[in-house]
Parts: sequence; structure tokens; C-alpha cells
Amino acid sequence: MGTVSLNTPPTGMPHVPEPDLHQVLTPEGHRRPDHDLDPWLEDVTATMLAGLHRDMTVIRRLDTECTHLQRQGELALWPPLLGQEASQVGSAAALHREDYVFPSYRENGVAYLRGVDPLGLVRLWRGSTYAGWNPAETNLAAQQIIIGAQSLHAVGYAMGLRRDHSEAAAISYFGDGATSQGDVNEAMVFAASYHVPVVFFCQNNHWAISEPVTLQARRHIADRPWGFGIPAMRVDGNDVLAVLAATRRALERARNGGGPTFIEAVTYRMGPHTTADDPTRYRSKDEVEAWRAKDPIDRVEAHLAATLTDSDRDAQGGPLTIEVVRAASAAAADEMAAALRTGLAGLVDPGPEALFEHVYAEPHHELARQREHYRLYLAQFDGEQLEAGTR
Amino acid sequence: MSAQEITFGKAITAGLRAALAEDEKVVLMGEDIGTLGGVFRITDGLMQEFGPDRVVDTPLAESGIMGTAVGLAYRGYRPVVEIQFDGFVYPSFDQIVSQVAKTYYRTRGAVPMPVTIRIPFGGGIGSPEHHSESPEAYFVHTAGLRVVSPSTPQEGYDLIRAAIASNDPVVYLEPKRRYHDRGPVDLSAPLRPMGPAAVAAEGTDVTLVAYGPLVKTCLQAAEAAAAEGISIDVIDLRSLSPVDYGLIEASVRRTGRLVITHEASRTGGLGAEIAATVTERCFHWLEHAPVRVTGFDIPYPPAKLEHHHVPDLDRILDGVDRALGRANSLDSIDPFAPPTPLAADGTERG
Repeated sequence: MGTVSLNTPPTGMPHVPEPDLHQVLTPEGHRRPDHDLDPWLEDVTATMLAGLHRDMTVIRRLDTECTHLQRQGELALWPPLLGQEASQVGSAAALHREDYVFPSYRENGVAYLRGVDPLGLVRLWRGSTYAGWNPAETNLAAQQIIIGAQSLHAVGYAMGLRRDHSEAAAISYFGDGATSQGDVNEAMVFAASYHVPVVFFCQNNHWAISEPVTLQARRHIADRPWGFGIPAMRVDGNDVLAVLAATRRALERARNGGGPTFIEAVTYRMGPHTTADDPTRYRSKDEVEAWRAKDPIDRVEAHLAATLTDSDRDAQGGPLTIEVVRAASAAAADEMAAALRTGLAGLVDPGPEALFEHVYAEPHHELARQREHYRLYLAQFDGEQLEAGTR
Repeated sequence: MSAQEITFGKAITAGLRAALAEDEKVVLMGEDIGTLGGVFRITDGLMQEFGPDRVVDTPLAESGIMGTAVGLAYRGYRPVVEIQFDGFVYPSFDQIVSQVAKTYYRTRGAVPMPVTIRIPFGGGIGSPEHHSESPEAYFVHTAGLRVVSPSTPQEGYDLIRAAIASNDPVVYLEPKRRYHDRGPVDLSAPLRPMGPAAVAAEGTDVTLVAYGPLVKTCLQAAEAAAAEGISIDVIDLRSLSPVDYGLIEASVRRTGRLVITHEASRTGGLGAEIAATVTERCFHWLEHAPVRVTGFDIPYPPAKLEHHHVPDLDRILDGVDRALGRANSLDSIDPFAPPTPLAADGTERG
């Protein structure tokens, strides 16, 4: 008896297949058949693709604007999502309004598609508030900065959905780095044991600040959930259709009592971790350029350019050409950016009253005392007072 | 309905049962709490009564329990989490401090976190390591949390119901060595607020502040002191965060002397906070510096040593003697001896 390879399944254990990378749109824009995903893409039309193109374009613009705003001193920090537009748009497009989303801090594209005002994101990242949106209005939980903590919240929410006999599902977003956290692994244990309607959506963008994904996982991340009893799929995260289909499939499974599903969306963080990061210290230009060739927006454009016909019409009944698609997307991005800049000019910093608001839901005499003492302190100075902190 | 004699443990069980019956959004979660009824049997019979969706056996992962409780609260539930033993709470520390405590603030009030965290705490039962700790200071220090600890069966019943009914997260510390004590409990008592402290015994010479398991010890100390002609005002905090300073201040203004006791280590403990606050607010009424009688700054010791660590009647009375300027164990230490700051290299000056 020689040495036993760790990769050899023990006798009697089911063999876990090495998952393939599912892709339906190649980087060149060619449509590839995919046995598992094609049934979820039967309603895709040129108009729908144009809509996905528009959403990705707007989100890229939002991301670029906010990166610039940070450089201009308007934002304290910004975590760019450049390169991950297909992962965020494709997954968010699959969600229903009553589904509940538990994001990390990089899902600003998902937030936009949940109806969050970009100005809310600006207020959040300039340090005016921790609440960039109201979860009760968007079914989008507060952003989560503790890596992976939100995966458990999604599972708990899904436990509640089951108790309520709801047809909604919960989805948790996190990155490749988070898969090393205990919370994400515990979330998979709880989700599998209780068989709850949750989707684990992992954007493997290859870098956890400076640490490559190979430091988090020695095999594909999508291999891991199988050990918890959770089916997983590895999809091209720069392919908006593959992501859309995989997320629809997982959500439908959740709604029909099929339990949790794990999606590994293989993508790439083209920018820094945040505006405070310098990725040239840890990765090569060649690597970044190789991923630039897999751009998620370019491939939709290439696909549309090759497949649009004279019979395709836009919403006004005019001819739908690739030029029309590009112009419409650019116009939507311009509109969003103009509104963002206008809103930014009207922002007022919060007053000190906001310090003490919403710490407790019920009266707290000791905090009230501290607030009163600070009011007295401020009252010594001309014009300083505790103001309502609504901005 | 008049009061009936039941144990402390059964009083908490009755409180949980009442909460489950009153609000269908109340869900109990924890390790071994369902079929077994909990290692201390506090949830005994509740799964059979309310079903496995209301009383949930969880996997052995404290962060997982706490994190899923947060998600249930997002969905509108009121989770009541049992941490099996005090020393097992730390794996869930991040979820408590960063999520349970801060989500209401993070969302500017849009998402309340009505999560109750039950922790059997404290020593005195001869347990192995990690089964006898007093972690309250961590939670008292965390904004967004409330912390309570009952000292009698009636308080056990009242405070668990109030904690579950609160829209704020509450850490509910159960004095596990008192689980088998019996006392009158009025199960028809109205819901009472968590905040007010209580005078457990009235006295005039010294104010003795305690909570949870040591309230009973303090009452015994007050009885013993009375035999020597010393009258102790024993205050049962009940709420550790926030502290009902008004009641303590009123007592200290009468007595001029303050002793605080807890099992937890001294440095950075609740006793330090109470001593500082009362000194700030009652400086002109104090006739002696506040005295602390606490566990030492050591890891909780092995069972054969715990009686040295946990304050008992005699150590508490020694502290009372110090506050009163009576003969006590530290008389041989000269309070006017010159202080000895450390040398620049960190060694003690000779």
C-alpha cells in the first residue's frame, strides 16, 4: 500500500465531479450552448440584452464617478467594482422584489439595481452615514464590512422565510477571501442542515486585497460546497447571461424547496481593493491585461453587433442597432452621473445629534445624559448646537 | 394568581414559555435546547410544547447561531439564543459586537435587533475550564447592547420576559449556581421594565452593590454584619447596562460608603465603572474611597481553587470593614508610603 492521494475520494464516498466553468457568451461574443443554463435563457431578446448592457454601463460609470469623487476629496474611500459588472448585473437581474439581499461592501452595482439612490452610496462612502439606503424599502441589508458575516444573516433570514412559508429567497454576496472565514463555512452548515432557500453568490475576483485566491483555496471554490451537501456551479462571472441563468436556476431551486445553492462567479477585480490600495505591488500588468480582454460589456456589444438584424426594434419602434444600444446606455449613464453631481452639491454634513440617534430603540438614561452634557459643551461656542442628523 | 415556590431555573423556563405563548415571532435557538431541554434543562419541555420551529436545536457553532439570529431578526423574528456556557460565547463575539449591537445604528433605526442572548455565567459549581466565567464587562462596554442579570427566581421570570419584549438586544446573564434555589414567583405579574435596580436589604452604614449570584452572598453578609451592629444597604443592580445610578447615588448620599462586588476580574470590570461614576457624582458625600471586592486578574482558576477567587461572605465583609475604616486585612499596608512608578526600563524601582 503506497501513499494515498488527498485528491482520491475515500472508498464508499460519492465522487464529487470537478465542476466545469459554465459560459454561454465567449469573450468574443459568440453564443455557446450550455445544457444546464440554456433552459434559463429562453426569454432572452435583443431588447433584454440591450437592457443588461445599459445597466452594466451605468454601473461602470457610477463606479468611475465615485472613484473620481474620492480623488477629488468628496469621498473618504471607494471600493471599485470595475470588471465585476456582469456578476452584479446578471445576478441582480435574476432577483425578485421580495427576495432579500445580504451584500458585502462591493455590491454597489447590486444596490443600484435594488433601487438605491447613488447619492445614498455617496453619503455612505463620504462618511456622512452608515445607512446608504433603507433595507425595509429595498430588501437590501445594510452593507457588511466584516468579511463573510452577512452569509449567516442570509441563512437566518432564509430560516425565517421557511417558517413564513414564503416563496421568496435570500441571497448572500461575498468574495473569494470570505470563503476562508468561519462564518461562511458555518453558514453553509446551517443552510444545508435546515435546507433553507438561500443562494451563496461568491464573486471570485481573484484577489483579497493583496492575497491571491490560491491562498484561500487549493481547489476551485465551487468544489467546497459539495462537502456541505450544497450543489455548486462555477460560472464565467464576466458573462452576464451565464450569471443570470445560474442565479435564476439557484433562486428557482430555493423557491421550490430545493434548499441552498452555491454559485462561484469567476471574475476579476480590475481596479484596486479600495482607492487606498496599490495593486501594482502584488500583481502583474500582464495578468490585468489578460482579463481586460474578457471585458463583460465588450462581449455583450460584440454579441449584439453580430446578431442584431433589421427586424430588431427599440422601445420607440425605431431600428435597434449597436450604435443605438451604445448611445442609449451612454445617455443613461450621463443622466445618472449628472443627477449624482447635482445631488452632491446639495449635500449637508450631518449634525452632532446624529451621534446619539438610533443607538438604542428604547430610552437609555445614561446615553441621554452624555448627549445632554455634550449639548451643554457645544452651547459654549457661538452657533454650535446639537442639530437633527438627518442628512 | 398568587406566588408559588419554584426554582430559579423553572422561573426562567416559565418566562420563556410565557414569551413563546405571547408572541409567535419568538424563536429559541441553541445547542441541545430542544430534545434534551438544555444542559441545565432551562428549555425543558418547550420544544415538545411549541414545536421544533420555535425551539431550535442548532449545529455546534456559536457564531452561526448568533449570525442566523441576526438574519431572523431582519425577517421580523425575536430570537432568544442560548449560549451553553459563558466561556463558549467568544466564538460569537464578532456577531454580537459588530452585528447584533450595531445593526440598529448602522441602519439608522430601520432594522431593530430584538435578540436576547441567554448566558449561564459565573462560578461556584466545580466545573472544568471555560464553564465558570463572568464575561459581562465585554458586553457592558459595547454600545447598542443592554445587559441584565437576575438574582432571584422572580427577577429571573420578570427579566427574561422584559428582555425578550425589548426592541433592543439584551444579554441576559443567568447565575447558574443559583438555578436550584427556590423562591416565590408570581407568574401573573405584569411585564416590568428592565432598568430599575432594587434595594435587596435596607441599611444605613454602607452601600453594598452586587448583581446576579453575589446578591444572595451579600444578603448573608448583611445578616452577619447586623449581628455586629453594622447596617448594610444591599443594592441588586438587575440591569448592568445601563446602571440605575440614581438608586446607588441615593443610597451613597445616606451612607457615604460604597462597596462593589463581582466575580469577574477587577481591571476594567463593572466595579471600576461604578466606583468612578459614583465618585464623580457623589464626591461630596463620600467618606471613604469606593472599595471593590472582586475576582482576581487571573483566568478563572481550576475548581479546587475557585473558592479563593470568587468573593465570599468573609471577603465581602472585609471590604465592608475597609469602607467603614474598621480593622481589615490591609491595615498593615501604609497608605502614605511613597508610590513606586516603574523605571524607564520597565523594572520596579528598588
